[in-house]
Amino acid sequence: MSTPALALVHVSVRAGLRDPAAEQAESALRHALPHAGVRAVRFVQGYVLEGDAASDAERIAREILADPVTQEWSVGALPDDSAAEVRGGALVVSVARRPGVMDPVEASCVRAIAALGSAARSVRTVRRYVVTAERLDDDALRDAARRVLANEVVEEIRLGPAFELRAVHPAPYAFRRVEVPLRGADDARLAAVSREMGLSLTVLEMQAIRDFFVREGREPTDVELETLAQTWSEHCKHKTLAGAVRYRGPDGERRYRNLLKETVFEATRRIAREDCLSVFSDNAGVIAFDDAHGVCMKVETHNHPSAIEPYGGSGTGIGGVIRDILGTGLGARPFLNTDVFCLAPPDTAEEDVPKGSLHPRRVLHGVVAGVRDYGNRMGIPTASGGLYFDPRYVGNPLVFCGTLGLIPRDRVAKAAQPGDAILAVGGRTGRDGIHGATFSSAELHEGSETVSAGAVQIGNPIEEKRVLDALLVARDAGLLSAVTDCGAGGFSSAVGEMGEHTGARVQLDRAPLKYDGLSYAEIWISEAQERMVLAVAPRNVARVREIFEAEDVEVTELGTFTGDGRLQLFHGAEQVADLPMEFVHDGLPRIEREAVWDAPAATPFAWDDTRGDDLGRDLHALLGAWNVCSREWVIRQYDHEVQGGSAVKPLVGAGADAPGDATVVTPIIGSPRGVAVSLGANPRLGDADPRAMAWNAVDEALRNLCAVGADPRRAALLDNFSWGNASKPDRLGSLVLAAEGLRDAALAFGTPFVSGKDSLNNEYQVGGRTIAIPPTLLVSAFCVVDDVRRCTTSDLAAAGDRLYLVGVTRDALCGSHLGLVRGTTGGAVPHVVPEESLAVFDAVHAAIQAGLVRACHDCSEGGLGVAVAEMALGGALGADLQLAQVPFEEDGSAQTHASSVRDATLLYSESPGRLVCEVAPEHAARFEALLRDVPHAAVGTVTATPRVRVIGMRGGVCVDEPLEALRASFTRPLRDGAVS
Amino acid sequence: MSAVRAAVLRTAGTNCDAEAVHALRRAGAEPHLVHLHALMRAPQRLDGFGIVVFPGGFTYGDDIASGVVFAVEMRERVLPALRRRVAAGALVLGICNGFQILVRAGLLPDTDGSGRQTASLQPNASGKFECRWVRLRAVTDRCAFLERGQEIDCPVAHAEGRFVTDDATHTHLAEHGQVALRYVRADGRAPEYPWNPNGSRDDVAGVCDPTGRVLGLMPHPERNVESWHHPRWTRGTPGGAGLDLFARAVRVARGDGC
Repeated sequence: MSTPALALVHVSVRAGLRDPAAEQAESALRHALPHAGVRAVRFVQGYVLEGDAASDAERIAREILADPVTQEWSVGALPDDSAAEVRGGALVVSVARRPGVMDPVEASCVRAIAALGSAARSVRTVRRYVVTAERLDDDALRDAARRVLANEVVEEIRLGPAFELRAVHPAPYAFRRVEVPLRGADDARLAAVSREMGLSLTVLEMQAIRDFFVREGREPTDVELETLAQTWSEHCKHKTLAGAVRYRGPDGERRYRNLLKETVFEATRRIAREDCLSVFSDNAGVIAFDDAHGVCMKVETHNHPSAIEPYGGSGTGIGGVIRDILGTGLGARPFLNTDVFCLAPPDTAEEDVPKGSLHPRRVLHGVVAGVRDYGNRMGIPTASGGLYFDPRYVGNPLVFCGTLGLIPRDRVAKAAQPGDAILAVGGRTGRDGIHGATFSSAELHEGSETVSAGAVQIGNPIEEKRVLDALLVARDAGLLSAVTDCGAGGFSSAVGEMGEHTGARVQLDRAPLKYDGLSYAEIWISEAQERMVLAVAPRNVARVREIFEAEDVEVTELGTFTGDGRLQLFHGAEQVADLPMEFVHDGLPRIEREAVWDAPAATPFAWDDTRGDDLGRDLHALLGAWNVCSREWVIRQYDHEVQGGSAVKPLVGAGADAPGDATVVTPIIGSPRGVAVSLGANPRLGDADPRAMAWNAVDEALRNLCAVGADPRRAALLDNFSWGNASKPDRLGSLVLAAEGLRDAALAFGTPFVSGKDSLNNEYQVGGRTIAIPPTLLVSAFCVVDDVRRCTTSDLAAAGDRLYLVGVTRDALCGSHLGLVRGTTGGAVPHVVPEESLAVFDAVHAAIQAGLVRACHDCSEGGLGVAVAEMALGGALGADLQLAQVPFEEDGSAQTHASSVRDATLLYSESPGRLVCEVAPEHAARFEALLRDVPHAAVGTVTATPRVRVIGMRGGVCVDEPLEALRASFTRPLRDGAVS
Repeated sequence: MSAVRAAVLRTAGTNCDAEAVHALRRAGAEPHLVHLHALMRAPQRLDGFGIVVFPGGFTYGDDIASGVVFAVEMRERVLPALRRRVAAGALVLGICNGFQILVRAGLLPDTDGSGRQTASLQPNASGKFECRWVRLRAVTDRCAFLERGQEIDCPVAHAEGRFVTDDATHTHLAEHGQVALRYVRADGRAPEYPWNPNGSRDDVAGVCDPTGRVLGLMPHPERNVESWHHPRWTRGTPGGAGLDLFARAVRVARGDGC
């Protein structure tokens, strides 16, 4: 065989012109090599062309790869400017994707090269950095590259100006049917098989499988075991939350046969709201939007992949949840993305980052870039989100990605029919993400970085955009029986789910592959991105094919949904699996898990009375706290305007730099009917009182909706549990309480949960020590808004207006941000009083709809003080507050303004159910009339003086801070992603 | 009077086609989505369109560089047909990725009519994607889409928007009215970052060709066509100013008898 023709094209920005890519690399290398005296970095983009293109490399470089106005190029050796620097002593480090890792640039290059009349068998990119420094050697450069330029999970680093060209083409696969002897296996052997194959199945589960095959009278094949492992994984089956639990705690003992069904689902069932079109049965919950459409939402986690490769992890996280929406009903059109990241603080000391983990700053930059590059390319605005920081996320960051979609109401129902063709559409199948589902169901440890490389993927958003465009055409043409996405478990889960009630017969050798060499089992469980599975009646197959191919999407008929209730897999003429669907889906042995809760002793808030309260300093510290500070650096990297639906943006105010409470978009362009989206979470409460954490998250999500003018009574909710290892009774104990809290809150507010997801086993093991994340419950809320023109924002509008605090303030500093910034613990847990909150929401909503409220903001992190400061920042106006006016209550007995109440408590308590409203003096009487049955008070005024001033209980000034100083505190921490 | 027909070109990764269609319809045109590959097979499909819009997005992922693959695919058959349409009086608008494509294809700024690429849209000086609202001022009499002095607030959303060209071309553009739009600051001061969001020299936000009938700009006027689009609509500044650009184009196209 002849050696494949290869050529390396280099492209770089001409000397004298700005090159932001080189500037960023230079800044990163200076940071990573403080003593090396880095003087200059040049960036050179390399393209390795294989095939005919290699002999046309010069023409391809000139006409496609290099910009004629700003760039120079060369074939083979480095371009002149860089070569001169190498002769002057510069070092070169190169970063290339590892073989088999998706390189989205490849397909576009191949296409452009074809348009030029040449042909490339493959194109791989390589980033090359030419580094001039005073004191630097290859080893130190390699080490720095590892930390700031490359991720060795998916990329390889090479040193030196020469770059050896290799083309990697695996040998074709030679079929070999693999059986795994199980029938005679004892428990030790069963455990060994599960471990060696990476199945993440327990001995009990392995026993059930062994016993099944004993009854069948044969040994299982490898792909049969893989199928069961995928389907029974925690990730796919949610066997803990949907399993039996025995709970013991200070509040007694309880048993659940199915925790989720008897808590969250049960609440939804009892609320029985008639606008719920589909709940907990599909990829996403669907509620009515208008007479013709439903709106659906889903939030997923992608934690473990993001810990190891943040960019690919969050990118495929958002890509995956977008496919969830595409696979809801017969396909919904995504119109909004949300993202929430939980990380260790960016200023975590290097020595506090456990071995095998990435520094949280790097994780932050990676996950933001991943969502940015995927979401922006999909043309879906990412316009709602949050950041939460806690040191315990250091080894196991959390990445929540959500998507909302719009779907015609007559496209919500779906079912694969016997006889339907199984069509795979979208990207090709490779070794990406093998064992993703089982990987995410196990704990991370310091070796995860190396053993789990296969579970990490890089996405190709343009492939998914093509699928989206084609799918919606096929949906509208009425050609589909059922649709689902390939997520965790790949074809195994997608076909297995769709064919649960019919059976399926799949010809695995038909799947189009990225490269040769995949076994039938790898094809079946690969989690390669951007693939979906359709069920299509035979008469419609040709038209579906035509629609997808017009958008350049590959369509492959993998097999047929049968009617025999069996899952049958073939490779060529050979059968490699034959399982009854019933066993696949219901064969999982059920066990009762133990859950225990030991309530931590309640302690009072530890005031430090050795030093006096300095509320002004607290206000600066609160605005600059990681959980509160401006997220503008993140938000502006996301296209939050695409699709032309933005009505209330994530940043609001005169300078568009203040935080909004909820995002409002119009999913049908030009129509003022909108959807508001918000979230609620406070992981800081979970340790003390998981039930209260759940209640507060629901209250926060709903009051955020209320603040923008949406009606919380029309909201629907989503739950996302991210917990530690729930096979440990204490972790499960807090999970039970949180689930009960959600149930009770949903019932009390009359607000149904329509979808949810859990991610367990979020623990990190290093050196025999285990770090569990704080139990983290994210509640998302979405709500139809009849007319977005009646919405409001949080920025103050006019000097002289009154500021009302609506709702009761109580002493509730447990889990508060005042405690965080003062380094103090303890305090009373904030308790939601649902009838109070509902009364507040109803009254404020009515006032907003009546046009009486010029600005509205909820009190959450940092309480009243932070809320008013943020309103002032948004309006570029001042505010005067009088704490003596604050409606306060202690222990159920109205003890208004007791002199024993601290100013700090009134200003920074985080009691729920409160909103601040700005009202023009001429509307005050009407506003107060609407609020007559709700605790409220005029607590201050808007001033033209750009200062936030607070008069304390005893009449003295306790805060008097210039607005611009507060703005500096608010914007400083995450400016430039906390790099500086 | 028959409606002005407008083609909105799309391919893999186009993602502002819906906004462009909506803005054109609101402006009184009759928009049609046309796939690039259909045009490659039958370039004569451009005949009969008075306005051709290259909308925003990430065509082919902006892999290699923004707009490159689209421009290469368009070169053989579509570009000549497009030039014929412009010569016949049609208007061409490139927004964001569309602007990048027109520059890469040599249709803009095309100072000498040679069709060579003489300018480039390079990575933002900030080194990152930026989504934020900016204010634009029309600074030419030459452009069919704009009235000199007109100001439009609208968002930018791009990573590669820094307009770069050599000194001679830069001067030529300014002197010949081909600089169509500049970033400005409401208070009249020099629009440094972030008012100029990408570091374009002399705050160039959009340029037109010598005929004034081909306009390319990085910001998105089609995302400011409704009252609730403006970021300060709750503060009394209604949205909709982006619609003026489309409305003027429709009037011009209609007047030309297209």
